[in-house]
Amino acid sequence: MTQKNPSSVASSFANNHWLPFEAILALRFMREARMQTLLIVAGVALGVSVIVFISALISGLQSNLFRRTLDYQAQIVILPPKEVARPLRDNTHTATRIQPRAQRLQSIDQWQKVRAQLTQLPGVLVVAPVVSGAGLLLRADASRSVNLTGIEPESYLRLIALQDKIIAGNAQISGSDIIVGSDLAKDLGVWLGDKLLIQTAFAAPQTLLIRGIFDFGNKMQNQRAVYVALRTAQSLLNLAGGATSLEVNLSEPFSAKIMADQMRALTDLDVESWITSNAQFFTALAAQSMSNTIIRFFVGLTAALGIASVLVVSVVQKSKIIGILRATGTSRQQILRLFLLQGALMGLMGSAFGALLGWGFLSLWRGVIKNADGTPLFVINFDPMLFVYAALGATLVGTLAAVFPALQAARLDPAVAIRG
Amino acid sequence: MVNSVAQNNEDVTLRLAAVRKIYNAGLANETEVLHGLDLTVQRGEFVALIGPSGSGKSTLLNLIGLLDKPSAGELWITGQATTALNDRQLTLLRARAIGFVFQFHHLLAEFTALENVMLPLLAAKSRADDTMAERAAILLEQVGLAAFAGQMANDLSGGQQQRVAIARALVMQPALVLADEPTGNLDTKSADSIFELMRNVNQNSGTSFIIVTHDPRLAQRCDRIIELVDGRIN
Repeated sequence: MTQKNPSSVASSFANNHWLPFEAILALRFMREARMQTLLIVAGVALGVSVIVFISALISGLQSNLFRRTLDYQAQIVILPPKEVARPLRDNTHTATRIQPRAQRLQSIDQWQKVRAQLTQLPGVLVVAPVVSGAGLLLRADASRSVNLTGIEPESYLRLIALQDKIIAGNAQISGSDIIVGSDLAKDLGVWLGDKLLIQTAFAAPQTLLIRGIFDFGNKMQNQRAVYVALRTAQSLLNLAGGATSLEVNLSEPFSAKIMADQMRALTDLDVESWITSNAQFFTALAAQSMSNTIIRFFVGLTAALGIASVLVVSVVQKSKIIGILRATGTSRQQILRLFLLQGALMGLMGSAFGALLGWGFLSLWRGVIKNADGTPLFVINFDPMLFVYAALGATLVGTLAAVFPALQAARLDPAVAIRG
Repeated sequence: MVNSVAQNNEDVTLRLAAVRKIYNAGLANETEVLHGLDLTVQRGEFVALIGPSGSGKSTLLNLIGLLDKPSAGELWITGQATTALNDRQLTLLRARAIGFVFQFHHLLAEFTALENVMLPLLAAKSRADDTMAERAAILLEQVGLAAFAGQMANDLSGGQQQRVAIARALVMQPALVLADEPTGNLDTKSADSIFELMRNVNQNSGTSFIIVTHDPRLAQRCDRIIELVDGRIN
């Protein structure tokens, strides 16, 4: 014990009126064992940086996938109930084969009323009526079958990111306007301002004017999807004043399943949430989240074991000091807090450095890993809350890790400790 | 027999009635270290506690210092019965009424002399204030170390460290100071000056002292000598 501490009265706690006794002792003990402190803080920092990096990466990946999925579909779709065959005979006792009915296009009964009802629900952002059916686009000798979707631009554009995908013209359609995909436009040799003839099974062909061209980045969609005004679709599909579905977006997309159940009970209609219709997507998300959790758990455990082992050694090394502190009026609770605090401080310091390190890794990743065209592979969120959570988590882990050594220290018999 | 009526007198610093200490009670290796001690130390008394190794001096000192509890009997510190107190109450009483000086000074190495003296005050009040540093400085001056206040404990000589330990023992103005061979590892000159220091404090402040010592020369200079042999007072 010949090590000299360069300390003056200036750094003394004699002039420090706000740090409590336990904190002063904890800091001084950690400073004295600076090599141990440094090593364990470095260990915790590495662990935290891995957690910060992986979490940001996975959350970036997920929000990217999530956006790609929800940009093109409503979170909840409400459809009229399926038409079922009603055999005249009671079929519970005899073996019968009932041919299911062909589902004709039908409107949701009183959809305006249902829409008003749904809009009232808390958490509902927008309810858009849609009329969709099959159609045939004709130009000269060419014809293409399409999925015709009649929309009300003011509500529908808040539901689907159609506006962002428009490459020419705009999405504000009315009357006899139509929006087509880029591939379809090429196939038919038309562009903005050109006219097309549309034909359906229900009404006379009608001439439409191309008002916008979109590119969804998906050839199938670009060939098949076309959008017209709600009224136009109603007359083309012979559903005057009707809507074949209501599409809903929520403020909290992950509440879709619960909200869907609620809407089903309320309206007695067929309600499908995006969570059910994208089950596989959710399995993938859950698997990612699970792996993230497992990594966090084991990194946390490793950090906790490191902190605990450093403190266990410290308690043994300092047992005499602890005995003297006890003899000079320090309570068991104060000794307990002294060691809990050391654990917490190690966790906190580790997480502070770890957050910086993690941020460095992320910047590096952003700089190096890029798409072929030089844009980032996907956006990584620098969520400042992630750093706050990491700090809180590491402090908590440090404190928990210190529980056993702290109890050990508090239970020391001062008489034995001083003599030993 | 336990004298249940304590002499609740301001002038009695310490009183033991029929105090026994048994280690490993009920086990095969049960040993009775103290066999029913009765003892009274008056306010301002300067007592030497002597006896051969293994006579129970340390055990007795631990009991008086409230670091351990008697197996039977009662122990009063400044009129306060102690055997029924819980750990928290014992800690409070210990902090308020008893100061310790150990053979191996036992300062906290990573703290300055001044901070070491302040520690008991800080432990009691949790946060430092100006009066604490002032009080500690006065005590360091009393033990002749005013110039060393900012020195790390490790940079002081053995005698200086023991003086700091004495200042620390006195900082809470205890009624009783327990010193376990305070001069045990010091040369004769340092030992004498440490002894004189304690004697002066005793005479100026009326603090009682119990000093365990192997040095008959020092023992002779105390008010009273208590000799412990085989767990009994001779």
